[in-house]
Amino acid sequence: MRRESFRLFSLLLPAGIFFLAFFLLPLTRLFFIGGSGAEGFAAYAAIVTDRNYFASLVSTLGLAMATTVATLIVSGLSGVFLQRRKFPGNGLLVAMLTLPLAFPGVVIGFMVIMLAGRQGLIGDVTQFLTGEKLVFAYSMAGLFMGYVYFSIPRTILTVMAAAEKLDPKLEEAARSLGAPTWRVVLDVIIPGLKPAFISAGAICFATAVGAFGTAFTLATRINVLPMVIYTEFTLQANMAMAAALSFVLGAVTWVVLALARTAAGSSVAAAG
Amino acid sequence: MTQATKPLAIRLRNCAKTFADGTRALQPLDLDIGAGETVVFLGPSGCGKTTTLRIIAGLERPDAGGSVLFDGEDVTALPIEARHVGMVFQSYALFPNMSVAENIGYGLRIRRLTRSEIAARVGEMLAMMRIEALADRRVDQLSGGQRQRVALARALAVRPRALLLDEPLTALDAKLRDSLRLEIDGLLRRLGITAVYVTHDQAEAMALGDRIVVMDHGRVAQVGRPREIYQRPATRFVADFIGTMNRLSGRIEQGRFVTAAGALAWPEAPADAREALFRPEDVAIDDGANPPLRGTVAAAFFLGDRTRLFVDVGGERPLVIETEARRDFARGQAIGLRVDSRGLMAL
Ligand SMILES: Nc1ncnc2c1ncn2[C@@H]1O[C@H](COP(=O)(O)OP(=O)(O)OP(=O)(O)O)[C@@H](O)[C@H]1O
Ligand SMILES: [Mg+2]
Repeated sequence: MRRESFRLFSLLLPAGIFFLAFFLLPLTRLFFIGGSGAEGFAAYAAIVTDRNYFASLVSTLGLAMATTVATLIVSGLSGVFLQRRKFPGNGLLVAMLTLPLAFPGVVIGFMVIMLAGRQGLIGDVTQFLTGEKLVFAYSMAGLFMGYVYFSIPRTILTVMAAAEKLDPKLEEAARSLGAPTWRVVLDVIIPGLKPAFISAGAICFATAVGAFGTAFTLATRINVLPMVIYTEFTLQANMAMAAALSFVLGAVTWVVLALARTAAGSSVAAAG
Repeated sequence: MTQATKPLAIRLRNCAKTFADGTRALQPLDLDIGAGETVVFLGPSGCGKTTTLRIIAGLERPDAGGSVLFDGEDVTALPIEARHVGMVFQSYALFPNMSVAENIGYGLRIRRLTRSEIAARVGEMLAMMRIEALADRRVDQLSGGQRQRVALARALAVRPRALLLDEPLTALDAKLRDSLRLEIDGLLRRLGITAVYVTHDQAEAMALGDRIVVMDHGRVAQVGRPREIYQRPATRFVADFIGTMNRLSGRIEQGRFVTAAGALAWPEAPADAREALFRPEDVAIDDGANPPLRGTVAAAFFLGDRTRLFVDVGGERPLVIETEARRDFARGQAIGLRVDSRGLMAL
């Protein structure tokens, strides 16, 4: 028994050291830097007391949430479709959809500007149609569009892999019991894809919370937390505040993801 | 439980199936399934049993020109959700995100029955399949046999017009297969429901079917009651596929069938018979001085309740004979045989 646990301990040691060195230590240091400013650890309260910070936290989370939902809907629909219907050009389309996988955020931002910016395609078309130029690249809407574009390739592959594993017999059984298509989707396909939605959604959410490049490219008016942290850090040289905000950003994201996981887990258990 | 809806008569008219990749799974097929009848599709792998079942279910459309009639009404264009048939699959296909009771009640929820009606019907089904204790279990906590009981209960809960079963017992072990087969048999008789049952297990087909449809390469080889199929196979394929069949080649001479190993009395023989076919149980050992056939024991297998003998009679394949267990046989031993002439067939 003793020896067994010792063996286990020594086996886990390398991973433990790695975890300590590259994860816990920097995080702890970040936490203390966050409390090293003029206000001390009260800096952590600023995220709720300071209206600016709080607003940017709320909009960051809201944006990430909206991005996640939109991405899951789009990739859920198209992922299942692309998996089910094989048509000429299917492979090419999948390859094209996964193209943005390699783009850095800056490039995504650039593409959003080309589409919805002042010289953008949407602007030209709306100008022609209505006489009014529609420009939304430099706002939350532009960022949202960029993030969705950025996140779809990440989720669509996961969804397609999960859709491939769905048992067609389950759908046939549901239909034989009289279920119309929308009930099959609701009762069989979505529950079957749920694990994929949760893991893909978590990555999507976390990426949208922390992404910086796209926001930076679209610039200025966008009030999201990574931008605020950047400003605090480089322009104000307020290391402590930047650290505190970073820590809170990480913690909040972690909590949201943990909540989503348990909610999903317990609903599976309750239904099962 | 009594079946609320009256049993359904199913007709297939000219139903062929060619898949998108060009596979001709089914040659044009006509079949009448009577109300309340249990019809078993039997045949080797890939012969088109599942395809036919899926055409009846509405999961596949027959090629143009084919039609499916339910009580005389053309349902060819009707999708499965509108056909009101119950399905049971080899892989159970239970919803993993629902409990046993929720699985059974699913079709009732779709039909918007009230909560109390659903609870009552689910209770009835659980009792019928003797799985009351499992009501709140998760599907992955059930054994294969229990899962198939749940699947049957789920299919029957909505009182379907017909029950379609695709190899429901194939995934189970032999003992369980036998007991559940008996149970399904009892259930189908009690409910009087029209049932179509797919299997490649002939024992299952014999036991369950009012009629058996033997299929081969997308064609119907023979339709008949189990006894007919076994005793009067229509083709060589059916003769070989069902049970064990012995063959002896020879010629008719003066009303007797003369072979290398001896001559058999065969009053009903066609004049041009070149081959006699007969089942192992129609052969007996003849210890008399002048047995009709003579051979030597090629192998003997003691099966407990009987002995299976392979007897070399100079033909291509040895004859297979079943005999009493008590007697011992040695390889190479010479024995005499006689064949019950009522069991002789020419094909
Ligand atoms: N969706 C499909 N596309 C192409 N060919 C198919 C399809 N489904 C079945 N087939 C082919 O049609 C033929 C008949 O298939 P079917 O599933 O009806 O056989 P089966 O008698 O049920 O066999 P088994 O006992 O193995 O289940 C087979 O050759 C099979 O490969
Ligand atoms: Mg099959």
